[in-house]
Amino acid sequence: MSKEIFAYIEHHDGVLDDSALELINAAKKIDESANVVALVFGTGDNLNKACEEAAKTYNTVWKIDKADLAYPNAELIRPMLVNILPKGSVCLVPHDTFGIDLAPGLSVKMDVPYIPDVVGIDKVEGDKIVAIRQEFSGQVHTHVETDMANGIVITIRPGTFEPDESKGASGEIVDKSADAGDVEAKRKFIEVKEAEAGDVDITQADILVSVGRGIGEEENIELAEELAEALGGVVSCSRPVVDAKWLDHSRQVGTSGKTVKPKVYIAVGISGAFQHVAGIKGNPFIVAINTNPKAPIFQVADVGVVEDCIEFLPVLTEKVKEMK
Amino acid sequence: MEILVCVKRVPDPAENEIEINSDGTDIERDDLVYSVNEWDNYAVEEAIQIKDKVGGSVTVVTVGDEEADEVLRREMAMGADKGIHINDETLEETDGLGVAKALKAVVEKGNYDLILTGAQADDGAAQVGGMLAALLDLPYASLVNYIEIIDDNTLKIGREIEGGNQEISEIKLPCVLSIQTGINEPRYVGIRGIRKVAGVEIPEMELSDLGLSEDEVAPRVKRLDYFIPEMGEGAEILEGDMEEVAEKLVELLKAKGGIK
Repeated sequence: MSKEIFAYIEHHDGVLDDSALELINAAKKIDESANVVALVFGTGDNLNKACEEAAKTYNTVWKIDKADLAYPNAELIRPMLVNILPKGSVCLVPHDTFGIDLAPGLSVKMDVPYIPDVVGIDKVEGDKIVAIRQEFSGQVHTHVETDMANGIVITIRPGTFEPDESKGASGEIVDKSADAGDVEAKRKFIEVKEAEAGDVDITQADILVSVGRGIGEEENIELAEELAEALGGVVSCSRPVVDAKWLDHSRQVGTSGKTVKPKVYIAVGISGAFQHVAGIKGNPFIVAINTNPKAPIFQVADVGVVEDCIEFLPVLTEKVKEMK
Repeated sequence: MEILVCVKRVPDPAENEIEINSDGTDIERDDLVYSVNEWDNYAVEEAIQIKDKVGGSVTVVTVGDEEADEVLRREMAMGADKGIHINDETLEETDGLGVAKALKAVVEKGNYDLILTGAQADDGAAQVGGMLAALLDLPYASLVNYIEIIDDNTLKIGREIEGGNQEISEIKLPCVLSIQTGINEPRYVGIRGIRKVAGVEIPEMELSDLGLSEDEVAPRVKRLDYFIPEMGEGAEILEGDMEEVAEKLVELLKAKGGIK
């Protein structure tokens, strides 16, 4: 049995998102023989560019050109998908800020099961699919099972499937704009406000001392600042520290913050949720300091210290001053 | 404005190391410290701030067992006016869609202009808000980190998107929004505040009160187990007393260009 699998292709003004090349491999994991169809929404030249790029990876590309999709509005795209997707479709969407907006409601409108934030496909037996997810910020994994006989919506965590870089396809671009219908939404896009630049540019730093929830209190940030000063680096942080307003948003590393590429990254009291780790690029030397030896950060770190960071940081800072 | 906020009682991520029980059927729940899901707390704070500006009421609803009552009281101590507790054993086994269906039934019993959920909870699915909106045929926005009231029918909202950028839209009421952390600073709730609402009656509802059958909330997606995958080697853990560990680490940092 061969399923038709659809991959929602994100692009930013015509440039494909990294997820675009990953979804095809997720699809192949579900069904090696499936014809995987790329779904590309947008308008004008940017859309054409994205479709041509997608056609290098996907044998079939469905193009949906609508003037009001210059910026992707999930509230418009969802009903269009319902209009064009055949019954029984498997629909893959990246689990990012757009996918989170689109996919849960899409599954309801298609009346099919939904598996969010999938990090692996364990097995497919007939219509039964067993996927792998994480819970508790990656502290535990789970197998989840459902029946996809009538179709399914799955969001795939970015970065968990290898990208298909082969560019071996010369896919056919099919214009589905008319079938998508004319829809209206009660949510209208206005603009994107770019993040403000902060006092320190963490994206340019070679040495980052990055603090997370484990730092405990605002006044303890100073301990990290002292270490950073001794090392000649700067302080960055994970999301909870920004939410608590202990540090400015411009210091946040992760998908909703900055992508950094230091030589050395010292994660202090950071558990290592994927949204954070995804912001660390360039393969730095990673040191993790955390009381919980099972924290996911130890899986990505080169060196680990299982200590309370509040006690350990002053000791480390002293040693740095002594030994450098 | 009549506002409904959907909240969940979860193991507190700041207080717990999550471990799996011996047969992998569940996490070890015996010694867990529970609290209200962090995202939901921001949603309740936002609802209270809106009520303080334009009037109306804030109702908090949860799907959970007897213990879930405590998170409703906590949120009422923050300033929510009413609580609704959906407590039905059948729902313990349900999935995100089942929870959304139960919440839909609650929404339809009220007259709400705005329905808020946390952007996600302990299972990281980020699904219930979007499903609820779709079931209700209401407009939806996820990961909302800014709300401004334009008029009786319209909100201006910001969504947190990649790179710390913010997507600004207008959305018609009634609508469903999932709230991202950092949108506000949730107020502190003291013991005294909780004591004040200790005696308030919170109505409990079962599936039959919501007009739902067991079949309707039977899970489509089933969690089979919990497991810790075989990982790579992971980090080399430095051993010794704190001084020794610090010394070893400084040597390594020197070698890796971590000291300028």
